Amino acid sequence: MSAILDIADLTVEFPTRREILVAVDRASLTVSPGEIHGLVGESGAGKSTIGAAIMALLERPGRITGGTIRLRNEIISGLDRVAMRRLRGCEISMIFQDPLTSLNPLFTIREQLTETIKAHLGVTDAEARERSLDLLARVGIPEPGTRLDQYPHQFSGGMRQRVVIALALCSEPGVIIADEPTTALDVSIQAQILDLIRELANERQVGVILITHDMGVIADTTDRVTVMHRGKVVETGATRLVLGKPSHPYTKSLIAAVPRPDAKLHRFPLVSHDGRATEFRIDDLARNWNRTRAEAGKPLFEIRGLAKRFLQRRSFIPSRRKYLVAVDSVSFDILQGEVFGIVGESGSGKSTVARMIAGLSRADGGTILYDGKPVTGSGSIAWYRRQIQMVFQDPYSSLNPLMRVDAIVAEPALHHGLLSGKALRRRVDELLEHVGLGAAAGLKYPHEFSGGQRQRISIARALATQPKFLICDEPTSALDVSIQAQILNILMDLRERLNLTMLFISHDLPVVRQMCDRVAVMRNGRMVEIQDAEALFAAPREEYTRSLLSLMPRLDWLAREGIEGQIEG
Amino acid sequence: MKGARTAPDRQDPIALLRVRVAWQSDLAWAFRHSPLAVVSFVVVALLVSGAVFAPLIAPHDPFDPATLNLMNGFTAPGTPNAFTGESFLLGTDDQGRDVLSTILYGMRISLLVGFSAVLLAMAIGVTLGLISGYRGGWTETVIMRVADVQLTFPAILVAMLIFGIAKGFTPVEYRDQIAIWVLILAIGLSDWVQFARVVRGATLVEAKKEYVQAAQLIGRSGAAVMIRHILPNVLSPVLVIATISLALAIIAEATLSFLGVGAPPTQPSLGTLIRIGQGFLFSGEWWILFFPACTLLALALSVNLLGDWLRDALNPKLR
Repeated sequence: MSAILDIADLTVEFPTRREILVAVDRASLTVSPGEIHGLVGESGAGKSTIGAAIMALLERPGRITGGTIRLRNEIISGLDRVAMRRLRGCEISMIFQDPLTSLNPLFTIREQLTETIKAHLGVTDAEARERSLDLLARVGIPEPGTRLDQYPHQFSGGMRQRVVIALALCSEPGVIIADEPTTALDVSIQAQILDLIRELANERQVGVILITHDMGVIADTTDRVTVMHRGKVVETGATRLVLGKPSHPYTKSLIAAVPRPDAKLHRFPLVSHDGRATEFRIDDLARNWNRTRAEAGKPLFEIRGLAKRFLQRRSFIPSRRKYLVAVDSVSFDILQGEVFGIVGESGSGKSTVARMIAGLSRADGGTILYDGKPVTGSGSIAWYRRQIQMVFQDPYSSLNPLMRVDAIVAEPALHHGLLSGKALRRRVDELLEHVGLGAAAGLKYPHEFSGGQRQRISIARALATQPKFLICDEPTSALDVSIQAQILNILMDLRERLNLTMLFISHDLPVVRQMCDRVAVMRNGRMVEIQDAEALFAAPREEYTRSLLSLMPRLDWLAREGIEGQIEG
Repeated sequence: MKGARTAPDRQDPIALLRVRVAWQSDLAWAFRHSPLAVVSFVVVALLVSGAVFAPLIAPHDPFDPATLNLMNGFTAPGTPNAFTGESFLLGTDDQGRDVLSTILYGMRISLLVGFSAVLLAMAIGVTLGLISGYRGGWTETVIMRVADVQLTFPAILVAMLIFGIAKGFTPVEYRDQIAIWVLILAIGLSDWVQFARVVRGATLVEAKKEYVQAAQLIGRSGAAVMIRHILPNVLSPVLVIATISLALAIIAEATLSFLGVGAPPTQPSLGTLIRIGQGFLFSGEWWILFFPACTLLALALSVNLLGDWLRDALNPKLR
């Protein structure tokens, strides 16, 4: 089968004020009709840049400085704007990450579809309408006749992404570039959308380039895969082969860092490809830790009937107000020394529960007892705030960009009046040493650090008050997989050596399996099931849990090189 | 070795290093590569230093009657006076005051009023904007409604109103002394709204970020979160507005003074000079009006251009 898209020695450069950044360095790959070609790599690997280069949508000042892109054996790199516009959307179309912003909210679905069809195929209104109906039906939208005249806001996120796919298909393209098409979606929707893309590629013999950072998506969906690292292609080939028997050390390290749904690891193997790994000095940290003896099995938190609702429609008259129930009478215990996980899809209320426990938002009902003392209702909870800390989701927004790192780490201890002056300064230096950044890091500002390093700063800040309880709200969902492995290792160290009790919020089931002792599954503000992690993954009691588990990517055929020694149980 | 190494001195690494870092920053780079910004900056710097050092560089002291000679009245620029033989670079007015000197002294008043009014507007606007953005609810509704109502009146009208009321409350003998401060109050109070609006918008964005939650988590008070964490992060748009406001405040002051409700003739600002000068425009003594007006134009225009450039340089979307 001849390739429909052939990229040879593509080089893309971004000249900046100080230097020329080589975003893509002599990358080559080919896509055949009907094939889904995965493009995987960590942030900054240049995978999205390749997609943009194919579409000639490189952001200024980026430019192609070498190599060729061929579509059906014709060179399309370096075409002028007019020629490219004829190709774009017609021969090549694109599916973007965020379905909420890639449709124009002011036009109906019909207007957007027929406009594209007429522009590219030159058919009459009636034919265009006919085609749009067919397409909507094909991408699995129920009642396409009525849905056609609706506006984007009347569709859910998953449905919108289906419309976007219909839009990408309407000019009968030869190649579709899908840039992280399911990253913004829940797992259940993600699986449906990926199935749809696979079906359509097969049925219409379209070549698809699927750009993603998610190994699970690659393993489940793609036929062939190209692994990128720092702008270079490190490995390319059939997905089964590349992920099952990787040959390049980078691919090996990447695969070893992927959390497995089928095995619990003691620790992730240290991924040390070109020195991105940094040590974490748990022994030094543990030596000076004020430990309280944890009595195993005794609850640290007793949470009863916790509820939270948000005002949806304001009104002077109380009876006319409308509320959205975010958390509906949730009860559970968190035992001393355990890692308690809450999983659920977006909107399930898991983060709202965490925020209430953190004292960041007030509960509308129910009680939270910490160590037998209430922390809900009136009364000062300064004593409680001293015992808890939190690691946030987004390392780019969780550190004040205008504060120096030492001030950031010092703030909690200083505020609680635990330390001051030299002792505080020494504590900050020690903490920065322990998380592997070195005391000199205190003199810098957050923007000088990478995402993983910032998350370490966030952890150092959380540990400065020597808390007993740590809340982690999706602590790794914004991080690359190798960095995620490091951060998860740190959290496991903390739990084991410092007897920290943790609340771990995540939507990522394999990660939850690695981290948690007990897991609660939430849906629509209610607790569906609470079980020991092992039991939950082996034999879920509820139907919903079963369906969630069935959506996990099956990664049992992935290479096990590097992790054999770590598998527990 | 316990793992604790003392960090290098935290106070101030080397002042020189800071200067170099600032010089290499993106803002400084954008500045050096914008001829318009450089020219505007030079003009502003020249005018401001002229005003600041007026007592040192002005050829005459226009407010010292002992140095004035009525015979010098209406001397044209650059030509010697017919009676005294003295020559003035920009000519003299009806009282025989050197126009160049009155401009330099007049700019002192204009800039004093402009800077102080903007500082006042900024203080009020930033405070109210922070509070309404962070607190939300009723506080926000009340503050922003007041702002909306004030916006429906032209700023100059509000300033005149405040000026008139304040004047009515002060005894006649103090009026001229406090006129400048009343002027500052009037312009400042008429200009806080846009600061409040911009700061409120930026605060809404910042307050949702996790570093604010991290501060709330440890129980820091609302005021501490607002001042320590949010305020520094919303300051860059404030800087832009402040620069553009400065030009507007200088013009507002000149307008009020031109209308005769601003700076008194004993402390003439550029606006007062223009008002005095316009009486002589049609009798041939054009320079009494022309040079103060040109100075006002150059000052306001270059400050405004500097503000526009700053807005573009700080806004990553426009780059």
